[in-house]
Amino acid sequence: MEEKIEKHTIAVLVDNEPGVLARVIGLFSGRGYNIESLTVAEVNNADHLSRITLVTSGTRMVVEQIKAQLDRLVPVHKVHDLTDEGPSVERELALVKVAGTGDRRIEALRLADIFKAKVVDATLTSFVFELTGTTAEVDDFVGLMAQLGLVEASRTGVVAMSKGATGF
Amino acid sequence: MPEQKLTGAQIVIKALKDQGVDIIFGYPGGAVLPIYDAIFQQNDIKHILVRHEQAAVHAAEGYARSTGKVGCVLVTSGPGATNAVTGLLDALCDSIPLVCLSGQVPTHLIGNDAFQEADTTGITRPCTKHNYLVKDVNQLARTMHEAFYVARSGRPGPVLVDIPKDVQFADGTYIPPTEVKHKTYRPQVKPEIARVEEAIELIANAKRPIFYTGGGVVNAGPIAAKLLTQFVKMTGFPITSTLMGLGAFPASDPQWLGMLGMHGTYEANLAMYNCDVMINIGARFDDRVTGKLSEFAPGSKKIHVDIDPSSINKNVAVDIPIVGDAGAVLEDMIRIWKARQKRADQTALKEWWGQVEGWRARNCLNYNRTEAVIKPQYALERLREALRGKNHYVTTEVGQHQMWAAQFLPFDEPNRWMTSGGLGTMGYGLPAAIGAQLAHPDAIVVDVSGEASFLMNMQEIGTAVQYRAPVKIFILNNKYMGMVRQWQELLHGSRYSNSYSEALPDFVKLAESWGCVGLRATTVAEVDEVIEKMLAVTDRPCIIDIAVDPKENCFPMIPGGKAHNEILFGPEDSPSDATPEDGMVLV
Repeated sequence: MEEKIEKHTIAVLVDNEPGVLARVIGLFSGRGYNIESLTVAEVNNADHLSRITLVTSGTRMVVEQIKAQLDRLVPVHKVHDLTDEGPSVERELALVKVAGTGDRRIEALRLADIFKAKVVDATLTSFVFELTGTTAEVDDFVGLMAQLGLVEASRTGVVAMSKGATGF
Repeated sequence: MPEQKLTGAQIVIKALKDQGVDIIFGYPGGAVLPIYDAIFQQNDIKHILVRHEQAAVHAAEGYARSTGKVGCVLVTSGPGATNAVTGLLDALCDSIPLVCLSGQVPTHLIGNDAFQEADTTGITRPCTKHNYLVKDVNQLARTMHEAFYVARSGRPGPVLVDIPKDVQFADGTYIPPTEVKHKTYRPQVKPEIARVEEAIELIANAKRPIFYTGGGVVNAGPIAAKLLTQFVKMTGFPITSTLMGLGAFPASDPQWLGMLGMHGTYEANLAMYNCDVMINIGARFDDRVTGKLSEFAPGSKKIHVDIDPSSINKNVAVDIPIVGDAGAVLEDMIRIWKARQKRADQTALKEWWGQVEGWRARNCLNYNRTEAVIKPQYALERLREALRGKNHYVTTEVGQHQMWAAQFLPFDEPNRWMTSGGLGTMGYGLPAAIGAQLAHPDAIVVDVSGEASFLMNMQEIGTAVQYRAPVKIFILNNKYMGMVRQWQELLHGSRYSNSYSEALPDFVKLAESWGCVGLRATTVAEVDEVIEKMLAVTDRPCIIDIAVDPKENCFPMIPGGKAHNEILFGPEDSPSDATPEDGMVLV
């Protein structure tokens, strides 16, 4: 009996101290859990708190294990499973470099407009687009650009937050 | 009054004193010289000089397990810290509270590949419960106190504090433990009462119940063991325990079924397999215990009490999870059981005990008694008789002798039995015995050993001699790495690849060369004699070399990948039945 693999977005509030990210990543690699994406930055300068958003996948039992394992790390304040805890918004930012001339260049620009991507760098033969959206939207955009001279893409990975008035 | 400034090294010593440390196990080196200088200038904390840093950690484990206090270790940077790694992981696997202090190169040299530099916090991160690198002397006292708090709270474990040499020299301010409160770490001790009530209902209605308890009860302190005994007596249920939990419930009690798991008793394993309600208190469904997961206690409802939420539903899905300290949960269980005037279903229980007694009558620990050769089981039975009624502690190394010791030595109290369970570290027993002996100078401390394990940390005889720790090293010498040989026989066609103990020393002469007493038994008649002589030695270590049957295997055995009802009882059980292809890949 194979259990269903679920994808979960988990937000973790941690002390911003040396080694804390290594602890989180070491936990995932050491125990063989998946990380599909991971982002981290300080969110509270006064209290030195950082917020880690990670997207992972596994059976229900594994996802529960991941949360319990994260929660028992000493510098971890809170662990929230945004996928379980009601509606949330998820966004990714991407920078996408496309090189080309003529029709391909015009088409890239038209598509960027449709996706509401911003041009943040332009030369006569290239663009760098900045795009914010869901992972699926960014996937679609990068997929289209691949046919129009994609040079490289850089993505932040998912940041996420629950909907509504309450917070962490 | 102006704040008194202390050096970092003095802060370390003051923090250790304020944390109640009386013994620290360590080995000096360049990066910890200031702390050693501070140790030299005081008399409250006794430093025990080991011969290898791994042994310092195991000795601290023996000290911690036999006293319930936090063990303390001091090592230098680089190789000092890397040598301690095995001990730290051992303590993590078995939830032993330790604080390990390591020296580090001065802060300005960190990252420069300096002499004896190692990324100690990086290396020990997965081997400790938590670790710290202290770069500011004014954070040192706080960090030390936090380290002790984290080590002993919740599920206990080892904590490492890495202290650069310049921080040890620098002047800073000391703060006492009372002024330190950890920002985030607050393990749940008290259980959710609704869950305990649910559990009580399930327990009261059980027809074929069993208690399955583990090291968590021992870690929760002697009161938890008393409460466990009280509750088990109140219910009248059978009880089994893991290797780590031995002694929490008295082995002399008729409700005790012996250890369960791979080398557990027939009655314990079959009671687990056939139970309808399993009450797990402080055990973690380790693979040595569960065997084949899909056939683990298939018809049972499971209650799991654990202070570590990540232990619950990790290997085995349970019906009633209860997060909390074993002692606190047992207290609530007893209170609610009494308040609701619960009584076990006596008819069902009588029938269940009838079944259990039937399994017990199989006498699974029986072995081939002979006068021709010393059976290791026989030697342990004689040791058991000699220790009966005496104040004693037992440590072990790892392998066949460890399993036999667990099967044949009974423990009626917690904190008397120290063994490397989770990590299975050969070489654990001798230093752990030294740690236990120094904590209990008047007790008898026996390291039940094998000749191969003993060789792994035998340099520690020097430590035992220096501090007049009269530990008894009871070597069941079968000239093989016995457990390796047993698996090679059962699973690898008797191809004994590299498991023979070639070029062994003369253990009696070895003992004498250290100024210890060396004894040897080669015939059955000599066993009692050497045990008697061994117990008469009280001023120095004693090495006892017992030449046991080299071919003896440890039974009962549930081969890897098999279920609790597929037990091998002895050599008459065909090994080929025991070698499923999928079982072979398991350890």
